[in-house]
Amino acid sequence: MRQRLNKALGPVAFVLVLLTVWLGLFVTPPDVDQGELVRLVYIHPALAWVALYVAFGMAALCSVLYLWPRTRSMVFDYLAAAAVEVGVVFTILTLITGSIWGRPTWGVWWTWDARLTSTALLGVLFLGYLALRRVPADPHVRARRCAVAALFAAVDVPIVHFSVLWWQTLHQGATVLNSNLTPTIHGSMAWTLLLSFVAFTLVFVWMVIARYRIEVIRVAGQDVALEAAIASRRAEGVPS
Amino acid sequence: MWRDAWLVAGRDLRIEARSRVALWQVLPFAILVLFLFAFSFGPQRSQLANSAPGLFWLALLFSTVLFAQRSRALEGSPATRESTRLLGLDPAGVFLGKMMALSVELVLLEILLILGVIFLFHVVVVSWLILVSSCLLAALGLSAVSVLYGALSGESRMRATLLPVLMLPIAAPVLIAGVRSFQAALEHGAGLGGRWVGVLAVFSVVYSALGIGLYGALEEN
Repeated sequence: MRQRLNKALGPVAFVLVLLTVWLGLFVTPPDVDQGELVRLVYIHPALAWVALYVAFGMAALCSVLYLWPRTRSMVFDYLAAAAVEVGVVFTILTLITGSIWGRPTWGVWWTWDARLTSTALLGVLFLGYLALRRVPADPHVRARRCAVAALFAAVDVPIVHFSVLWWQTLHQGATVLNSNLTPTIHGSMAWTLLLSFVAFTLVFVWMVIARYRIEVIRVAGQDVALEAAIASRRAEGVPS
Repeated sequence: MWRDAWLVAGRDLRIEARSRVALWQVLPFAILVLFLFAFSFGPQRSQLANSAPGLFWLALLFSTVLFAQRSRALEGSPATRESTRLLGLDPAGVFLGKMMALSVELVLLEILLILGVIFLFHVVVVSWLILVSSCLLAALGLSAVSVLYGALSGESRMRATLLPVLMLPIAAPVLIAGVRSFQAALEHGAGLGGRWVGVLAVFSVVYSALGIGLYGALEEN
């Protein structure tokens, strides 16, 4: 049952992304102010949602679960690593799509806006986490260090979220989850936006599961290779 | 905890005083950075004076990475950590001790850099209170981050390249708040500077608390 769900997840996510693209490009109307440029709203916020809240939130949660002695398990370390890897990809895509939107809107590919800068910093922090994972160490020592590093980096997530309120620079405030909880988007545009959030979240889940399974196979492969090496050394016999 | 902290701080400072690595390597590096910045900006006095706060804090951050490497190298060998454990030293005390030793070194570096900035970049400090308080708090915060990330990066040969990647993004708030408070110290905007000194204080308290709580877990094998 679980395997069937895993197999179905990829195609379902793919179809939902295609549906989002079709609705976003051909069904929803252009915006009164932004014109055709508004179509990026069906990709950019969903990517940011996955990167900032889902991926790095999951990484922080798994890190806490690893550090907590009662729930300590390598499963949480692998899941945190998978979430960060995919999260970094989504962060880079968020910055690229934001930059594409920024060029015609603000007149520049990049500006030192608080939201942009703190998001880029978050990406660099989690790139540091990935670099730390590649340092040779005992798996449990590495898992502990990475869990702490993930928690330190996750401190930046609320800063990114509230940056538009604290500094009020160029980046607009929240369209749906604003302080009054009154969405400023309606009709087919709102539904397509909602669909994009679901579609990209499913893409994220599918990628994390795939990355987690690769890690499990890689670790199992390492153990098998080690056992084979020991067996072959023993087979050589002890010289008299 | 405090007894262990004083013991470790004394040990680290004695090693530094005897080896003189900080004196002959880190301090000249910091001054060199100031000179290189001045070369890149050219000799215009006004441009150098305007850039002085940023240059001061960048020189301090880059030098802090060297201090962090050095501080970790003192603790790094398995034999040192084994003897620390055998002595029954409290990990929180070891963290605080290393942090205190590093803070002293950073304060000395800040004094040298302030003199360098005044002499080379022709700045006039209006509010010494803002400047001194921001430098002291930044030294505490940066030393806490240095000791923590030194422990995180472990004993691998990759530490030299890994530590700046891990540490510098975390130190970004110190850079921003430090530059703003330095600017306030140069102008008559001491009120605004107070807010940024507050940011530095929060940063120092948060990372000191995290270090006291987590250093033991990071040093476990």
